[in-house]
Amino acid sequence: MTHVLPSGKRKIFGLFLLFLIFIGAVLASIVFGVMDISWKSAIEAYTQFHGTNEQIVIREARVPRALIAAAVGASLGIAGALLQAMTKNPLADLSIFGINSGASFFVVVAVSLFSVSSLTQFTWIAFVGAALSGMAVYFLGSIGKDGLSPVKLTLAGAAMTALFSSLTHGLLAANEKTLEEVLFWLAGSVAGRKLEMLWTVLPYMIVAWLLALVIAGPINLLMMGEDVAKGLGQRTLLVKIATGLLIVLQAGSSVAVAGPIGFVGLVIPHIARFLVGIDTRWVVAYSGLLGAVLLLGADVSARLIAMPKEMPLSVMTALIGTPFFLYAARKGLARS
Amino acid sequence: MKKYVSFRINRPPVSMLLDKKAVWVTLALLIVTLLALIISTGIGTLTIHPLDVVKALLGIGSEQDRMIIHTFRLPRSLAAMLVGAALAAAGAILQAVFRNPLASPDIIGITGGASVAAVAYITLFETASIRWLPFVAFLGAALIALLIYGLAWKNGVTPLRLVLIGVGLDFAMHALTTLLLVSGRIHLTSKAKIWLTGSVYGTAWHDVGTLFLWTLVLIPLAFVCGRNGNVQQLGDELATGVGSALQRQRFFLLLISVGLAGAAIAIGGAIAFVGLLAPHIARKWVGSTFGALLPVAALVGGLTVLLADLVARTAFSPVDLPVGIFTSAIGAPFFIYLLYRNRHQ
Repeated sequence: MTHVLPSGKRKIFGLFLLFLIFIGAVLASIVFGVMDISWKSAIEAYTQFHGTNEQIVIREARVPRALIAAAVGASLGIAGALLQAMTKNPLADLSIFGINSGASFFVVVAVSLFSVSSLTQFTWIAFVGAALSGMAVYFLGSIGKDGLSPVKLTLAGAAMTALFSSLTHGLLAANEKTLEEVLFWLAGSVAGRKLEMLWTVLPYMIVAWLLALVIAGPINLLMMGEDVAKGLGQRTLLVKIATGLLIVLQAGSSVAVAGPIGFVGLVIPHIARFLVGIDTRWVVAYSGLLGAVLLLGADVSARLIAMPKEMPLSVMTALIGTPFFLYAARKGLARS
Repeated sequence: MKKYVSFRINRPPVSMLLDKKAVWVTLALLIVTLLALIISTGIGTLTIHPLDVVKALLGIGSEQDRMIIHTFRLPRSLAAMLVGAALAAAGAILQAVFRNPLASPDIIGITGGASVAAVAYITLFETASIRWLPFVAFLGAALIALLIYGLAWKNGVTPLRLVLIGVGLDFAMHALTTLLLVSGRIHLTSKAKIWLTGSVYGTAWHDVGTLFLWTLVLIPLAFVCGRNGNVQQLGDELATGVGSALQRQRFFLLLISVGLAGAAIAIGGAIAFVGLLAPHIARKWVGSTFGALLPVAALVGGLTVLLADLVARTAFSPVDLPVGIFTSAIGAPFFIYLLYRNRHQ
């Protein structure tokens, strides 16, 4: 397979370049918006805080937003890369896996039936929902003779999504008050999220990022085929379970903070593989940075496109992602 | 005892094999549906005895009964039935075309397309008349079906590509729906939410008339193409081999299915899982011969939505819940069970 960055040196250089782009995206996210802010005051908000409106916007809205977008984007990208590598399925994505809709459903149930309203509780509920629905789809998609095939997986995901989203709609229709409380979260966005929400989950995210790099090597082996991996002494089940845990950890914490955001996990690994080939270690590293850049970029453009209103971020990513999905579906099936 | 009765007339030249079992099942279902219709129109805030319902239907009951039944309950019940029948027939056709037991209008994105169009109409044109909503929803369903078909085309259309493309587009449709819901005003949003769940609340006689017309034209048409449906079950190569004009038939069947689903969604909103559930129950009873499957599926679908709506409007009275909640509550677990059962295919 041909890819853009063949040698190790170029890959490292590329990573460095990508890191610079990432820093640029973070800065752009802080500076651009309904209220354009100069670089100088952005820095002054932290060095000489006077409590002016502009400085408060920076500290309370812009910086949290940029950091959350970066962390969530990186997690979604890496989770997608692991998911696609493990399932050997170019169509795998967190939203297709039903993880997003599962998390949404659990949150809506908690809000409408148990009157949960604190954000920390939201976080844990979304986490549990993401984990349960992800496991259900994996189980449904992989039972049977030929294991986890793209079509079975897609259908299993669509089934769970249909189940959860119709039940979610039902609950919301029956209980209008809930609608106002959760619609905002359900839309999937990094706007208006508090920094504390990120601090709750960031430790898990960071651990998952690092472990993803560690487990990428064993996954490479697993991708050569389960029998080969077993023959070389790998405990394949252990690798699969560990990978699954990492995926759920990242998906759950992302969805808890930002709501259901789809397609980042689908698109990013494709771009990463285009750049560095199929070595999972590089794909994971690139996917993290690329995911952060994509989400920061999507968030900034969601702000700028519909000024002074905002497009929901999840809509932006879905609109970017769908053509990708269609392309991958056509290409992937042409090969098989 | 022979399984089939052959039926043949020379002029015009029509012949068919009637599956005895299918005929009995169909008749039994018709009777059950009629009974359900009579009983369910009697139940409500004001309960009317079934006998009085029959009298009112025949035009000889008390004036109050006639008024309640004729203006409120009957159109709603009939609409529920027809919506269910149309969705189920659409599902039965899709499952035959896609050769996939998991296909249905709501899974492959047709309902999603209709939803975007309808929600856009509700939230963007606040003052526009609700009368045009069915038309708009139908248009959405038709457009998305064309798009799915076009994108899946590559020297012909394979069932697999159609399903994947449909599911993919469904995600985009969800995103657009979310966008509209979030950017719309809150009172319009809740109206759209009820539509999205699927409800036959407040359907009037002209809705029933429209739906009846669609089903009256399209279900027989599906019958005519049905024979091809049987051949398609054998797989693409074999079907082409025995001389079936596969791509053209597939397109026509798809078109009929979209017509049925579109009309049903237009009146009843995005009622989920009926299109999936009913054909499966029908298959269990009469097997997968298309000609027997279609009417039985339609009747099962009609009965399902009728009963679901009865529960929806009475169980939590005075709250009138959207019927779609109940079809989902039954349908979704069943779908997952199906996925599990079909694991070896």
